[in-house]
Amino acid sequence: MDIFIQQLINGLVVGSIYALIALGYTMVYGILQLINFAHGEIVMMGAMITISAISVLSATGVGLPGPVLVIGGLLIAIPITMLIGFVIERVAYRPLRKAPRLAPLITAIGISIVLQQIAVLIWKNNPRSFPDLLPHDPHNFFGAVITDLQIVIVVLAILIMAGLLLMVEKTKLGRAMRAVSMNQAVAGLMGVNINYVISMTFVIGSGLGAIAGVMVGANYGLAYPTMGFMIGLKAFTAAVLGGIGNLGGAVAGGILLGIIESVGAGYLGPLTGGVLGSHYQDIFAFMVLILVLVFRPSGLLGERVAERA
Amino acid sequence: MFAINKQSKATAFIGMAIFAVVLAVLPFVMGATLGNTWIRNLDLAMLYIMLALGLNIVVGYAGLLDLGYIAFYAVGAYVYALLNSPHLAGMLAGTGFEWLLHMPLLVVLPLAALMAGIFGVLLGSPTLKLRGDYLAIVTLGFGEIVRLFMNNLDRPINITNGPQGVNLIEPVSLFGHKFSQAITVFGIEFRNVHLYYYLFLALAILIIIVSIRLQSSRIGRAWVAIREDEIAAQAMGINTRNVKLLAFAMGASFGGVSGAMFASFQGFVSPESFILMESIVVLAMVVLGGMGHIPGVILGAILLFLTPEVLRDVVNPLQDKLLGERVVNPENLRMLLFGLALIFVMLVRPEGLWPSKRRKAELHEQDEEAAAAAAAKEAAHG
Repeated sequence: MDIFIQQLINGLVVGSIYALIALGYTMVYGILQLINFAHGEIVMMGAMITISAISVLSATGVGLPGPVLVIGGLLIAIPITMLIGFVIERVAYRPLRKAPRLAPLITAIGISIVLQQIAVLIWKNNPRSFPDLLPHDPHNFFGAVITDLQIVIVVLAILIMAGLLLMVEKTKLGRAMRAVSMNQAVAGLMGVNINYVISMTFVIGSGLGAIAGVMVGANYGLAYPTMGFMIGLKAFTAAVLGGIGNLGGAVAGGILLGIIESVGAGYLGPLTGGVLGSHYQDIFAFMVLILVLVFRPSGLLGERVAERA
Repeated sequence: MFAINKQSKATAFIGMAIFAVVLAVLPFVMGATLGNTWIRNLDLAMLYIMLALGLNIVVGYAGLLDLGYIAFYAVGAYVYALLNSPHLAGMLAGTGFEWLLHMPLLVVLPLAALMAGIFGVLLGSPTLKLRGDYLAIVTLGFGEIVRLFMNNLDRPINITNGPQGVNLIEPVSLFGHKFSQAITVFGIEFRNVHLYYYLFLALAILIIIVSIRLQSSRIGRAWVAIREDEIAAQAMGINTRNVKLLAFAMGASFGGVSGAMFASFQGFVSPESFILMESIVVLAMVVLGGMGHIPGVILGAILLFLTPEVLRDVVNPLQDKLLGERVVNPENLRMLLFGLALIFVMLVRPEGLWPSKRRKAELHEQDEEAAAAAAAKEAAHG
């Protein structure tokens, strides 16, 4: 039973990170019906830039406390990733908005490769350890262990997601986003600046991605230039699981996927008598993706949308 | 092909003959001028041409974006490797399945194609009724999953030998002759690289012929119809799901054949050879060359295959000279260039370097519409 609660906690932590990244996918998809393949790479950039920024900040010798260093690094990384997101949309997606569907998908892959290779050029192709600056004192929780860091990740993720939902529902920009996702042409006629709204969607999504990247780095203790691919694939799965285009769905899908993966990997070994170990963990996300696509392609919370010709 | 009168027919024939002679002597010319590694490179280029032509069926003809294509190459490679190496032989000894091992090439190749084709259908069937972008991401995941399984299927039963891969794969033997031995005909020595070259060339030509025949067949036209407008194609009575599955299976089987050849050529396979980046490289070949146009795809395959070879010869000496140390890895630079090429081609010339007329028209439909609208406006004002 302790193992179960422990895996549940781990799953919740990883799941809330997935949820943050899935929001980036789902926001772009809701507005442009485009899978932004490069989003996983944005997450990676966020993590790598933060690590570099922290090492620069701690080299100043002021002796700032750990959490301040991490927040400082993050505050440097967020604007940079936002800029990357903005530029990606401008360069690779906007000119192709009316092109056949295959075209923006291919540029998206191109962007993803370019970002990854730039990261390899800058940081070399080795894992970097995430500086051990955050407190992780263990707490006992119904016989399982939860650390300070894990609590911070979950609480922060929930706060950010609540803030985003509030923004989409209450602010003018949020209303404009909803309008553009419903019908771009009509929204334009109503005086919504479509290009501005789309740019802002990429900017916000990339900012969330950077925060998620730092969470991934802090949680696993390392980051590397090729990490974007797997984490992106999983977050995309989370978005599909929840119903792509649906913000609440992305959150639910992310947390659910995190828990499925964690609990599944925890029990895979014992259940199969050690035949299949936890090295098959990465396969869970993919299985979930296939099953959802076969049985409920609209996801858990998504409405069934007709294919647009 | 489209010869109308006798004279042009004759010219075409002479042209073909010259081309055939060039292809026949190419490995010897290259070996003499550029060294032996280039004969090997030539063989590998042939494999990439086969791969690119296979992916061209899926991406170019049917318009389905497959990002895990290298998985089929991997399936073909492992089928050949397992059936022609000591690894599986030990396991099968005394089980009554020994007949599976060391089958003749003409049996193993179709088998590799069939296995890859089955994997293609397996991958395609759950996703094909969905939108194209889902397909892209599922194929992406599928490619990784196949690699993960190859990496981990060394226990409980050691099937793939895990990350170490399968080695000691036997070379191809055709008409009772093993390719590892040199053969001398009319005083010319054909070494294994030469023999593989002719085998790969023959297979590539076979794949080209099949591709050309498919293109204008009923199935080929159905693929084009689906690519251009799936709903309209369905309304015309095309069973879109089956036709798409067929595209997947066909493309996959070509990949399987070239994978099997890769295994026998290298003598060693491991999951390392089948990473995601390889899928992207093959995709870049198809996209850059011209999706759906066979000469274009071949051109793309040759160009992109040559890039790393040339980069290696240029970048490293240049760095040594200018900086005194190697800062940039040519492999890294190559992927960066491929990524940029994908973006650039899509933005500037989505039909590729050497497109087919039809594809060009399709991708510039809007320009035409705009031009027509402008002309209409002109006429109204005039």
